[in-house]
Amino acid sequence: MSEFFKERVVSEPVACPIDVYDVELIREDFPILSRRVHGNKLIYLDNAATAQKPEIVIDAVSEYYGSQNANIHRGVHFLSELASGLYEEARSKIRSLINAKSDKEIIFTRGTTESINLVAFSYGRANLKAGDEVLITTMEHHSNIVPWQLICEQTGAKLRVAPIDDNGDVIFEAYQKLLSEKTKIVAMVHISNALGTINPIKKMIEAAHSVDAAVLIDGAQSTAHVSIDVQSLDCDFMAFSGHKMYGPTGIGALYGKQEFLEAMPPYQGGGDMINSVSFEKTTYAELPYKFEAGTPNIVGAIGLGRAIDYIQKIGYAKIGQHHDFLLHYAHQALSAIDKVHIIGNARNKASLVSFVLEGIHPHDIGTILDQNGIAVRTGHHCAQPVMERFKLPATTRASFALYNTKEEIDRLVEGIYGVIKIFS
Amino acid sequence: MNEYIRELYQEVILDHNKNPKNFKSLGCATHSAEGFNPLCGDKIDLALEIEGDVIKDIGFQGSGCAISKASASVMTSTIKGMTLDQAQGLFKEFQETITSDLNAEIDTEKLGKLAVFAGVREFPARVKCAALAWHTMISALDQGAKEIRTQ
Repeated sequence: MSEFFKERVVSEPVACPIDVYDVELIREDFPILSRRVHGNKLIYLDNAATAQKPEIVIDAVSEYYGSQNANIHRGVHFLSELASGLYEEARSKIRSLINAKSDKEIIFTRGTTESINLVAFSYGRANLKAGDEVLITTMEHHSNIVPWQLICEQTGAKLRVAPIDDNGDVIFEAYQKLLSEKTKIVAMVHISNALGTINPIKKMIEAAHSVDAAVLIDGAQSTAHVSIDVQSLDCDFMAFSGHKMYGPTGIGALYGKQEFLEAMPPYQGGGDMINSVSFEKTTYAELPYKFEAGTPNIVGAIGLGRAIDYIQKIGYAKIGQHHDFLLHYAHQALSAIDKVHIIGNARNKASLVSFVLEGIHPHDIGTILDQNGIAVRTGHHCAQPVMERFKLPATTRASFALYNTKEEIDRLVEGIYGVIKIFS
Repeated sequence: MNEYIRELYQEVILDHNKNPKNFKSLGCATHSAEGFNPLCGDKIDLALEIEGDVIKDIGFQGSGCAISKASASVMTSTIKGMTLDQAQGLFKEFQETITSDLNAEIDTEKLGKLAVFAGVREFPARVKCAALAWHTMISALDQGAKEIRTQ
């Protein structure tokens, strides 16, 4: 067990903000929340891994296959035009959600991971050479580490890592020091899936641009939590996933500034991404299609569009307040348990709590909580360097969504007391 | 606490987790291997002192959940003094037990103390925790002595 947390001071309890909406009404939109697990009411606290889907998203998927299905951008027939329209409408919804300038800047992908790989292998391969540097932070998810390691290996560029402090905040001065004229790409997470840290990305992007580095933001956790304005942030790329924001799995997007995307070579070749093909010369399609080879996840895109409608109907302001309410309540309730240590006490934090229980391994906690119907994540959260930083093999993580309740956190706390009892 | 949890976290397992046997490094190890479970980050360093074909001493270190730690503890105390053939035979028995059908009879006589791990059958995600020490032991005997993984 790590010695690290024994020296740490537990953060002062913060006054609980008041809940802002009738969560019971919201819960009615999510059919899965009424199911039972091992004989108990499901308490789903693994939202940072994937969120549950509201009925309108589920309906969109079944409606599509039931009455709208066709391949897009090809046929002149009715259904093809209908499907193409729905698909492009979803793209516009994403554009408007993150305030991009043009639909051409929104590339559909399978998710955050594919979006990051696209940038690494298209932009990275074309722009990196031996001696250049790619800068990331200690709190990156493996999906924002490994693609850069692969591309660094191929190009001879070097991967540098900005350190974090004991609270889980990036040490800004150290980050700034690592930026130099060698830094060609900065790839960093907006909200850490392992610690909950919300990074001050606007300030960090500005610093990166002062050395002319391109900036990619891993927004996998962002879009379920906070409103994003890519123009105001001025990031060059942003990657995110549909399934963490109440949409289907297997769909996500890459935002890229048009001038960047236009200069980049295609990522994959195939149908849909070409203008014309001959054995002598192939010309590529316009943006965004240049980066969308093959038949895409059409129904996924439409479902994601509906999820965006759902989020916007409630509004990020209310969602944010509800999340803060849950976060503060969970922080207080969990830190009141003897031997619980919260990992990640960043200044600005999203609604998730990573914690360890002295002497009890997270996997044992996870298995026992599961028998009570409580779904939490245990392990390294695909962020092994974060675990290494805190000298822990794993943590237990409870992550909250717009449908979670204070009572569910009470049940989590009861569950943890049950675990302690078994091991005492 | 429901019956499956009680079955999984039996007193014996909790005791071994709290006070693991043979939790030590060996000064005169002849065989060793590192076992790693990449999904959960469980790690075990296993060392054996083998004389002729007998396991004279065995020790393990590392970090892991209660199931993996207890399994390593029970395994080391069971196979200490056994011949290599006996240890390998027991590995097969153990492996078959924890991956067997839920309704399959457990041969408690053959398995002895190891029978307490039959409870993991109810928890497919935890089978690899119970198996980690055993796979590491086999890997040490095979003397590739490379890092092994259970997945």
